[in-house]
Amino acid sequence: MHMADALISPIVGGTMLAASTGVAAYSIKKVQKDLDEKKVPFMGVMGAFVFSAQMINFSIPATGSSGHLGGGMLLAIMLGPYAGFLTMASILLIQALFFGDGGLLAYGCNVWNLGVYTCFLAYPLFLWVTKKGFNSKRIFWGAMVSSLIALQLGAFSVVLETLFSGKTELPFGVFVLLMQPIHLAIGVVEGIVTAVIATFVWKARPEVLEQTANGEPIGSLSIKRILVVILVAAVLIGGSLSWFASENPDGLEWSMEKTAGSTELETEDEIHQALSRIQDKIAILPDYGFSSTNEGDTKPEGVLSNERIGTSISGIVGGFLTLILAIFIGFLIRFFKKKRRVSLKK
Amino acid sequence: MSKINNSLYNIRLLDDLAQKESVVHKLHPLIKLLTTLVYLIVVVSFEKYDISALLPLIFYPVLLFSISELPVIPILKRVLFAMPFIIGIGIWNPLFDTQIIIVAGIHIARGWLAFFSLVLKCIFTVTASILLIASTGMGPLSHALRMLKVPKIFILQLTLTYRYLSVLMEEVSKMMRAHSLRAPQQKGIHPAIWGCFCGQLILRTFDRAKRVYDAMSLRGFHGEYPAGNLVKPKVSDFVYFISWSVFFILIRIYNLSDLMGDLFIEVIK
Repeated sequence: MHMADALISPIVGGTMLAASTGVAAYSIKKVQKDLDEKKVPFMGVMGAFVFSAQMINFSIPATGSSGHLGGGMLLAIMLGPYAGFLTMASILLIQALFFGDGGLLAYGCNVWNLGVYTCFLAYPLFLWVTKKGFNSKRIFWGAMVSSLIALQLGAFSVVLETLFSGKTELPFGVFVLLMQPIHLAIGVVEGIVTAVIATFVWKARPEVLEQTANGEPIGSLSIKRILVVILVAAVLIGGSLSWFASENPDGLEWSMEKTAGSTELETEDEIHQALSRIQDKIAILPDYGFSSTNEGDTKPEGVLSNERIGTSISGIVGGFLTLILAIFIGFLIRFFKKKRRVSLKK
Repeated sequence: MSKINNSLYNIRLLDDLAQKESVVHKLHPLIKLLTTLVYLIVVVSFEKYDISALLPLIFYPVLLFSISELPVIPILKRVLFAMPFIIGIGIWNPLFDTQIIIVAGIHIARGWLAFFSLVLKCIFTVTASILLIASTGMGPLSHALRMLKVPKIFILQLTLTYRYLSVLMEEVSKMMRAHSLRAPQQKGIHPAIWGCFCGQLILRTFDRAKRVYDAMSLRGFHGEYPAGNLVKPKVSDFVYFISWSVFFILIRIYNLSDLMGDLFIEVIK
């Protein structure tokens, strides 16, 4: 579910980075104020734990497939929201740098999608379910409900961020239909795994969960404050993105224009037709149309847009030349370096 | 099983590569981070149908590869791992953006251009990120983050997570090997033992955290983490940053591929 750099526009990436940085700054303040210094190595090692636990394959009965842990909810339960959020943020940075999961520009998006929802929206739910004290049943339902909600929100954010960036033609309805059910299934697995681990830890070391839930050494959670922060962030993000969209036809306007401006056209493609039928049923905005597929209107405009998008002959020839030149220069530098090394050895 | 060993190998490989002593490795980490960021912003700022204008940006990874003497194949393999999600989302473009255009006499759906442009952007951005870490390493990179005024507690947490990553991954790898020897032909961990398998690991993690904390306390840790003085970038570092940035911005403004193509066609005529 990691957002990739290639899918976002600089504006969306920047806005989300600003929002996530805000939450991180607040968490750091809270952690610094309330933190027992013992918790710093604990946070670090827990981050490494979640990272390695993500590599464990859990076989899912009756499906023949296997799933793995995301870990955001588990971190919140073990460390509390603030320290959990910071730990998740550092895991995501390492994933972006070392594994190309997500990216540096999309870092803010990923921290928001995988950190903010789990630690600040879903974790209070877990606390609410378990507020009368821990037992296996409450831990199970708390972990399940909170994991499901966190993943649904995260997946929905991926859809919104991609659409606002305007990098794909995937219509809103189809994208949502692709993402949400998959993440419902992932959420169930995540919920169960989180629940069984949390129950195990609660049985073996009850103090870990209880201290965290009581807000001892890691800081209490003021839900009201967090909701205000998220609300403000949402308004800011919404405001700046819609402002951007009105400036740039690639963003919101692009989808709005399609919604209002075009009608649905006959297509020969069966998949295309099936998809459009599904899309009709689930589209939030009714009559969300496809772009023009008319043969008639493509020829004159087609050639024109050819020029505009740089697929003219000189663009193609030049593109190939660029590639060849770049690779040639690369080899040349390597060749001379090697030669120099050989001569130095002599 | 192979996944965890792959990841372990990956981290060690990038760690080893970061120890090399090329011109790029010697540059200031902050400068490398900023250059990478400018590159990423320029790459993703291109329109979704741009391919020819985007292509000249390949000079950056190619030059970096050859000057830093980093191995091409292992790093590109890492890049491939990041591709499925992009391909999964991008492949819908040709389905929904079916306006026909003519490219070199071939009629294709415009969505294919958007798809290839997306794939290209993904290759460029992921390669740039991995090249950054392979030519810098985690230690110097946290140095750069400190210069960017990222709070110490986050950097400490980041470096500790990184430090213990390989330790815990080895632990998991051992546990999974033991499990697979006792439960052959199973595709993963059976649901009946999900809790105790990970729970055991988490208990070991707690104990390790306690030992880490004790060891740190013995060496004088009390909440502050001495990280040494910050080294300022040199003039040559700034020259590196500015020249790449100017190059990226020029490419953003002028379509170099088009210019080269025109020139080539003129010469042939």
